[in-house]
Amino acid sequence: MTSRTLPILMTVLIAALLAVLPALLSPYQQDLAVRIMIYAIFALSLGLLVGKTGLVSMGHAAFFGIGAYVTVLASPEYEAGSLLVMVPLALLAAGAYALVVGALCLRTRGVYFIMVTLAFAQMAYFIFHDTAIAGGSDGIFLNVKPVLMIADHTLLDFAEAKTLYYFVAGALLSCFLLLALIHRSRFGHALAGIRSNEQRMRAAGFQTYWYKLAAFVIAAVLAGLAGMLIAVKNGSVNPEMLSWHESGAVLMMIILGGLGTLRGAVLGAVAFILLKELFASEALMGQLAVHWQLTLGITMIVFVAFLPNGLIGLAKWPKLTRRAGAATPSAIKSAS
Amino acid sequence: MDLTTFLIQCLNAVQYGLLLFLVASGLTLIFGIMGVINLAHGSFYMIGAYMAFALAPLFGDQFVLQLFAGVLLAAVLGFVLEWVFYSYLYQRDHLQQVLMTYALILVFEECRSILFGNDVHGITLPPWLSGGIPLGGMMTYPLYNLFASGLCLLLAAGLYVVIHRTRLGMMIRAGSSNRDMARGLGIPVRLLYRLVFAAGVALAALAGMVAAPSTSIYPGMGGHILIICFVVVVIGGIGSIWGALVAALLVGFVDTFGKVFFAQFSGLSVYLLMAVILIWRPQGLFGKAS
Repeated sequence: MTSRTLPILMTVLIAALLAVLPALLSPYQQDLAVRIMIYAIFALSLGLLVGKTGLVSMGHAAFFGIGAYVTVLASPEYEAGSLLVMVPLALLAAGAYALVVGALCLRTRGVYFIMVTLAFAQMAYFIFHDTAIAGGSDGIFLNVKPVLMIADHTLLDFAEAKTLYYFVAGALLSCFLLLALIHRSRFGHALAGIRSNEQRMRAAGFQTYWYKLAAFVIAAVLAGLAGMLIAVKNGSVNPEMLSWHESGAVLMMIILGGLGTLRGAVLGAVAFILLKELFASEALMGQLAVHWQLTLGITMIVFVAFLPNGLIGLAKWPKLTRRAGAATPSAIKSAS
Repeated sequence: MDLTTFLIQCLNAVQYGLLLFLVASGLTLIFGIMGVINLAHGSFYMIGAYMAFALAPLFGDQFVLQLFAGVLLAAVLGFVLEWVFYSYLYQRDHLQQVLMTYALILVFEECRSILFGNDVHGITLPPWLSGGIPLGGMMTYPLYNLFASGLCLLLAAGLYVVIHRTRLGMMIRAGSSNRDMARGLGIPVRLLYRLVFAAGVALAALAGMVAAPSTSIYPGMGGHILIICFVVVVIGGIGSIWGALVAALLVGFVDTFGKVFFAQFSGLSVYLLMAVILIWRPQGLFGKAS
């Protein structure tokens, strides 16, 4: 099989699997699947920044939260809002905030960038937490889930769990394909170039600042999409969605999965949420379930110590041990 | 605003700023010398506060003795943590440091929840510290706040003497300006790292212990102080301890007076300050231009 047909085959297989999955899952499992897919979109969006461009953002949850808040705020209080209004508004708001924050943050680099993105996300957190515009620290409810109506025909009604499932699955696949295209485009190669050597990219005539800003805004818009979906799924939003714990969690997902690849981000989101679910499950963990943070934290430390290349690196193990004895960064890069 | 209120607010601002400096100086030193982003630094502040809560019944009136015991415990904790966890992070990139220290926060928070529960706690002061100083009219200024400011000032001065006047300080400065060269000159870098880390943890824990009586002790306190200290470190310039002092005082004033004048948006003022300073100087006030 050539290297070109395999990914396409895999994509089709996964799409088919996602399509038949609701028939096999209980309502709880289906809800979990939706949550995983939404976080996979969120993780993919951050992957474009961290894995592809080498910009480590510790404040990505701000865009996720803004997407979620705008969705709820844009919805009428006692009737279903229209998807045609809410999606563009949520994405635009996330993108606009990213444009401002990105323009400032990208003046800094390295550790400064990590801290500054964190601080700006915290600023957004305080806007929602301290002021009365959106329910303060309690957050607000989305009373009626949105619908997609064209000329009085209801095409999609998100009050139906299956509709939401398929919509989220479709969104995840579209994001995956969009990012795959970006990775292959001239723009994507420029971003990869910035990650490995920004100085040289500038010398080669690339205005790296604008490339980075574009990546920052695209990542934020996709995070806004994930936020919009989670607001619709949960039917409520609260400031904790913008908190730095959330930014940390999504960063964990992509590092856990393995940086630089789209599969890694998705795998990381799946693994992180399933691990969290597992550690918090009373049936499986008994008394320890209450202290899931402890078990999750220790698991993370073990992962950092023994899997520096993430779960994706695990699949490459046999090959690498034969070739070089240990996983080298260049081997991981070429394998992606 | 009359003069007395203004002066009281100034004192509050200075006290808050000095407290921030204690935490931020450790953060900036650990980054400047070891190159580690320590997200768990706020947890050390939290640990300090809970330590004050746990030690208070043992020491009773001996508040100063209690502080000493706490600092000693925290330094030992820092020494061990550096040995077991952080020493593996120096060669890794920033991402892995972020991941590991984030995981440590989860562990610390859960240990806190197991040991002390999730309730808000308070500490009663010993009688000799709980009075107030009359400021004319009906107003008094709590004696403890003055004590806390004095202690922080003393520590800042002590830090200055250690860093600029001792051999150890010389090694620390050498390590922060050029790590490899310092190693090449035969400075015992491993031990130095361990000491600096232990000192950073002790300073953060001391800040927590000092803050505990005047603020309440609550579960999320570590996270809040961490973010503010990041702002302080970014404004001051990473690795610069005097930058941290100036920035901490600046943040203290902006935060305190932000609360007085724009109560609704008080959470924002500090971040706006940071944004303005970054537009002006992306490397922070005292940072080296890259």
